[in-house]
Amino acid sequence: MSSYPHAPGFIAGDRPKVVTSRFEFTDSYTIERYLATDGYSALRKALAKPAAEIHEEVKSATVLGRGGAGFPAGTKWGLTPQQVWPRYLVVNGDESEPGTYKDRLLMERDPHQLIEGCLIACYAAGLSQCFLYIRGEMALAQERVATALNEAYAAGYVGKNILGSKFSVDIVLHWGAGAYVVGEETALIESLEGNRGMPRLKPPFFPAANGLYGQPTIVNNVETLANLPWLIRNGVEAYTAIGTKTSPGTRMVAVSGHVKRPGVYEIINGTTTFRDLLYGEEFCGGIRSGNKLKAFVPGGGSAPWFTPDQLDLPFEASQVGPAGSMLGSGAIMVMDETTDIPAAALTLTHFYAHESCGKCTPCREGGTWLERILTRVVNGTGTDADLQQLIEVGTSICPGDFPHASNEALGLSAVPFPYKMTTICFVGPSAYAPIHSALTLFRSEFEARVTKRITIPVTAVGAAS
Amino acid sequence: MSRLTDANVVIAKEIIGRYPRPKSALIPLLHLSQEQNGYITREAMVQLGELVGVTSAEVYGTATFYEMFRFEPVGKYLINMCGTMSCALMGAAELMHHAEHKLGVKAGGTTADGLFTLAHAECQAACTEAPTLQVNYRYRFRVTPTDFDNLIDDLRAGKLADEIPAHGVLAKVRQRIPADKGVGAVAPEDVTEGPAWLDGKPAL
Repeated sequence: MSSYPHAPGFIAGDRPKVVTSRFEFTDSYTIERYLATDGYSALRKALAKPAAEIHEEVKSATVLGRGGAGFPAGTKWGLTPQQVWPRYLVVNGDESEPGTYKDRLLMERDPHQLIEGCLIACYAAGLSQCFLYIRGEMALAQERVATALNEAYAAGYVGKNILGSKFSVDIVLHWGAGAYVVGEETALIESLEGNRGMPRLKPPFFPAANGLYGQPTIVNNVETLANLPWLIRNGVEAYTAIGTKTSPGTRMVAVSGHVKRPGVYEIINGTTTFRDLLYGEEFCGGIRSGNKLKAFVPGGGSAPWFTPDQLDLPFEASQVGPAGSMLGSGAIMVMDETTDIPAAALTLTHFYAHESCGKCTPCREGGTWLERILTRVVNGTGTDADLQQLIEVGTSICPGDFPHASNEALGLSAVPFPYKMTTICFVGPSAYAPIHSALTLFRSEFEARVTKRITIPVTAVGAAS
Repeated sequence: MSRLTDANVVIAKEIIGRYPRPKSALIPLLHLSQEQNGYITREAMVQLGELVGVTSAEVYGTATFYEMFRFEPVGKYLINMCGTMSCALMGAAELMHHAEHKLGVKAGGTTADGLFTLAHAECQAACTEAPTLQVNYRYRFRVTPTDFDNLIDDLRAGKLADEIPAHGVLAKVRQRIPADKGVGAVAPEDVTEGPAWLDGKPAL
């Protein structure tokens, strides 16, 4: 349960550490520390085997993508068309989902682990150049990764004929410049090509077949790649021994908001429940000031909300999805009983309306409308018609039933994730998600804020006579 | 004076050389330009267009999409106050209110001495340490009004000059790929065969 002052936000525990094992060292980001703690030994081990064998290992370990969608990395690599060259690796370090931060810590505290993960991926999937796209606002992460890359090039771990083998790959550090939507993989590729970061239509632009410069491209999240050195070093069996069959390994989770001990924890995937995380003594230790839990966002700002009814769900996509939300990027935001729910929903809706890239009309216009209407409601100048208007605008972005959690007190049954959408990417639906959750679960708080419209019967007395 | 200096043109060409297509270097080059001048000027965009082989309109189109690029001078210290969910739950609005009073400007404004620009910002990926702020993209965590006052006083007194460079300088360390170590970028159409380490086999 110790925290490390040199790694603000991170809280360690007596659990298996796959990606945070070096965080205890104050010099965890240096190549000296990395080499002294098994660093680059997985790369050596990988280079001694044929590429296909390493790919097979990653596939059979079912390393789930840690960026949000949770797609297995090994399977993703296998989607690239045969004998089409060159292929690229694009590392998604544009972490900006509200509530999320783990990639930033991994880049700041253990950049060599990420670099080694990139090298293993490039080797296994035949990727000849790697672009490490780091969010622009993360100055320290950029400095640490730049320093690590310079060290790794000098020591012969990156570049031409790595460790004397035939394996050659460049890793290029790329700076972002502030755009949430660029976290979406096709928008990331657009941005990397020097354009406005607007998502591309899928199909035809599935990155694995038609990505950067129209070539097969693998886009992987920072945490996903950071898992690879441990996996290759310790083997598939050791990796799958942690967690469950469908969600093996560990996961980094940031818990923020009204808990006693907010922090980033590396937890065991699949078995840890939300109750463990929020109330467990080795984790957050309960809600602040002994308050009651009102609601929590289980998987980043885009995720539909849960209430105490869902506390016993484990960190397992196959259970959280049917329950009406998603695990997303491993970010939990906790609201206690003092929370002003409509105002909390507004901060998130404002975020997505602000971050809309403007490509799809339902998101560009709808997000802004949602924000304006909700602002009116929160400020106390809205009417009951506004609540209906919110739902109508939201339904134009996401037709049909929007996912939400079950609620015993309200007699609601769950609508499973995901939603249908009229936009290319998830930014549009994300603007509606907090409103839908808040309105479904806490409608009375909205109704208390709005004035009821009174219908006055008007007759045209004397008008036409 | 807003075109890149000769020394920065050398760096720019080195960066362009890392990408299979020159336009990919555009965002890093815009950062380089902002580092030199504190903001992006029209002349800079014309020159960057020449360097990567696109029109200045395309440079403008890309640059204006991204929040970090400024097209007018800002204060030496850009203070971005996070106001998204976790920070909002932990008192970001009150902190912003305090900051406006301390600096005597509304959010979006710059102090008369040109030292500080105060701005609203979205999630800064430090949610467990709310409320947070960044000064020229350097973090301050769990900020109280007193912390904020001390920060401003320290910045005014020049005590944090080592940690926090002037606006525009993003990372103080630059990636350098030594000529004898790098593989070098190749335009995709010039690549005809699979990577050497696969020995002609498919990669599964």
